Amino acid sequence: MTMSSELPAPPVPPLLSAEDVARVVDRVAHQLIEKAASHLADLVLVGIPTRGAPLARRLAARIEAFSGTPVDVGTVDITLYRDDLRLRGVRALEDTRLPDSGIDGRLVVLVDDVLFSGRSVRAALDALRDLGRPRAVQLAVLVDRGHRELPIRADYVGKNVPTSRTQKVEVHLAEIDGLDEVLLTGGEA
Amino acid sequence: MRKHLLEVADLDRADATLVLDTTAQIEQALAGREVKKLPTLRGRTVVNLFFEDSTRTRISFELAAKRLSADVINFSAKGSSVSKGESLKDTALTLEAMGADGIVVRHSASGAPHRLAQWVQGSVVNAGDGTHEHPTQALLDAYTIRQRLGRLDGVRVAVVGDVLHSRVARSNVGLLTTLGAEVTLVAPPTLLPVGVETWPVTVSYDLDAVLPKADVVMMLRVQAERMNASFFPSAREYSRRYGLDGRRMAVLPDDAIVMHPGPMNRGMEIAAEVADSPRSTIVAQVGNGVSVRMAVLYLLLGGAPE
Repeated sequence: MTMSSELPAPPVPPLLSAEDVARVVDRVAHQLIEKAASHLADLVLVGIPTRGAPLARRLAARIEAFSGTPVDVGTVDITLYRDDLRLRGVRALEDTRLPDSGIDGRLVVLVDDVLFSGRSVRAALDALRDLGRPRAVQLAVLVDRGHRELPIRADYVGKNVPTSRTQKVEVHLAEIDGLDEVLLTGGEA
Repeated sequence: MRKHLLEVADLDRADATLVLDTTAQIEQALAGREVKKLPTLRGRTVVNLFFEDSTRTRISFELAAKRLSADVINFSAKGSSVSKGESLKDTALTLEAMGADGIVVRHSASGAPHRLAQWVQGSVVNAGDGTHEHPTQALLDAYTIRQRLGRLDGVRVAVVGDVLHSRVARSNVGLLTTLGAEVTLVAPPTLLPVGVETWPVTVSYDLDAVLPKADVVMMLRVQAERMNASFFPSAREYSRRYGLDGRRMAVLPDDAIVMHPGPMNRGMEIAAEVADSPRSTIVAQVGNGVSVRMAVLYLLLGGAPE
């Protein structure tokens, strides 16, 4: 008989706490300011729903707070561009909103919560191509968990997390889930 | 969502709302862009099987399927093997053998899409069958109402004219009541179907009494091709009692809208000054029709085949 079988499973400490998420967003905002430098007015942060959308809004708010320059924000729903609809079935669509000034000739930074296979980003790139012709497209993610299936990499990464394929990275954001945290659950690390 | 869209009873409130929300998102996604095309149904084949004349519905479905990158085959009975006597079943099996993922069918016989759905593997969308149903018309009407008035729950809709022969009226009664609207049918007694008292609607013979309390007036086309018996004494008398003219439009509530599924008989059921007024949503309905049909095709064909 072992004692541990009678004890409840110890709570999994979050990969990122609310404070960590805030710090990471601040750091990426600073990196974006540094990279975009004099072209901040050219910058458009485009979130990939669901959780990329509030992340893009937060980044924009922090960039404005640090630099004093307001930054355009948008969202692009990628559902109709996915290559796995036949595997996973149809799903409800989400918002696609771009700034009135469009994305032509501007620096578009796609924002998502987790970078995994890279397929969402590929779909987002296809969607962007139909929406205009940006000067350049970059990618910012909160968590990069590896296991890419396409030649795609992020330009700004909040946290690199080595994971196994069976694990799940759950991102919770206050705007949608009531609190900020990132959890790594399931599987063997 | 079920596999086919044969009648509005295939949609419960959640499904119908999903179609309308999907429509809104598609419109938003395509608004103002140069390339009005999405890759969603690439490699899928949609057959437009039209046994009855149609301009707007066929073009609308064709455009919807093409904007989703599906391959589209248009089939009309004229100039096809049907004129050589081929049956509906053999036509369907032929198309099936060519690998149709979706079949959009219009037929003069009520129930033809139901029969078709039993013979083919793909999804069947009813684009109007006889005097039975025209579900995508009801969906685009519901979408147009929600777009203009911001809601459907509690909206008072008067459906005016030839309810007896109208599949548009049947589908609208079913869908709008599912979505919480209150429907009143206004028609001469000869143009109301048997058993209308069992429908979830109010019936009136007096248009002037209904108009001041209507948020939406939906005028139905007087279908000359189906007027084979004397349903009313003369066109002039029908127009005087059930036509919507400027004088009648003036008694409508301030934000009320006037709808018509087209094609219109100007001067008969609807006066030109009404059809061209700001209250009229007739042109918007046509535009919304494409988006609604895109939503339906996406939801039925976008996912995994069975």
